[in-house]
Amino acid sequence: MKRLLIPLAVFLLLVGFLAVGLNRDPREVPSPLIGKAAPPFELPLLSQPDKRFAPGDMRGKVWLLNVWASWCVSCRDEHPVLVDLSKKAVLPILGLNYKDRNDEAQRWLQQFGNPYQLSVVDADGRIGIDYGVYGVPETYLIDGEGVIRYKQIGPLTPAILEQKVLPLAKALKK
Amino acid sequence: MTRTAGFVFLCLLLAFSVAKAQEGNPQTENRIRQLEEKLRCLVCQNQTLADSNAELAGDLRRQVREQVAAGKTDEQIIDYLVQRYGDFVLYNPPFKATTVLLWVGPFLLLAVGAGVLVVVLRRRRRAPEEAALVPDEKRLVERVLGPAQAGGEAAELRNGEPR
Repeated sequence: MKRLLIPLAVFLLLVGFLAVGLNRDPREVPSPLIGKAAPPFELPLLSQPDKRFAPGDMRGKVWLLNVWASWCVSCRDEHPVLVDLSKKAVLPILGLNYKDRNDEAQRWLQQFGNPYQLSVVDADGRIGIDYGVYGVPETYLIDGEGVIRYKQIGPLTPAILEQKVLPLAKALKK
Repeated sequence: MTRTAGFVFLCLLLAFSVAKAQEGNPQTENRIRQLEEKLRCLVCQNQTLADSNAELAGDLRRQVREQVAAGKTDEQIIDYLVQRYGDFVLYNPPFKATTVLLWVGPFLLLAVGAGVLVVVLRRRRRAPEEAALVPDEKRLVERVLGPAQAGGEAAELRNGEPR
């Protein structure tokens, strides 16, 4: 009996490790940017290309930067969640339109609604690289000091908003 | 005739020189290639930047190329990508507090395995060739075969030949 116990324990340990490992999403690479200042940029607005926006303009506010594109299928799943959030007006949402075509992006917003206070255009994806974007949609929660506090890789869901993003944003606003 | 040949020759010369110019310095190309093979594409995670056809990989290759052209060292370029994407972009992760288990783990497992093997072998050597009968077995043998004198038959019984 005792002889069986040790292999059994080792086996259970292995099962435990595998269970944890297999339930993790390998696509979620931890971002080294959390706790660091949001990389600066100055990009033209989607709606008015002659005007420009820089993250410094949001100083003193807690806000979401959502990376989206009209070609991105998961963005379509995420979009209603963002529209709902924008109606509640608890948190300004700004869009980074990533490697998209201007006309298609505009049409997309007309069709599905525009939850963004404004969207900036990152046509060649350079700013995306600065933010470590590798799978659209991605969302960053940025505090009043301009520091990235949270990064969501993949679509935001109501559950993630309720459990992670909104409580954190509330705490940061204080 | 010679004029046409000359023209064709000039065309070919031009074509080659254009191709050569696009290719750039072979040493630089080699360096870029080596850098790209050290870096992981984040979209198709088991491919290097050099192998991947993902759009992001293309963008990152462009970044590498531009930075090489700007005279950055290999370390600076790798740091640039690690700052943005973390150690995960490296195919050869650095040895530090968070990666100790990754690097030492296999050797640790090997050592544990070797330790277990040594213990088991020692125990086996120390154990007697054939285990003596425990009192319960002895009583069973005596009940079946009558009072003790038949060691050989008892062994047969244990080999599983019923009588």
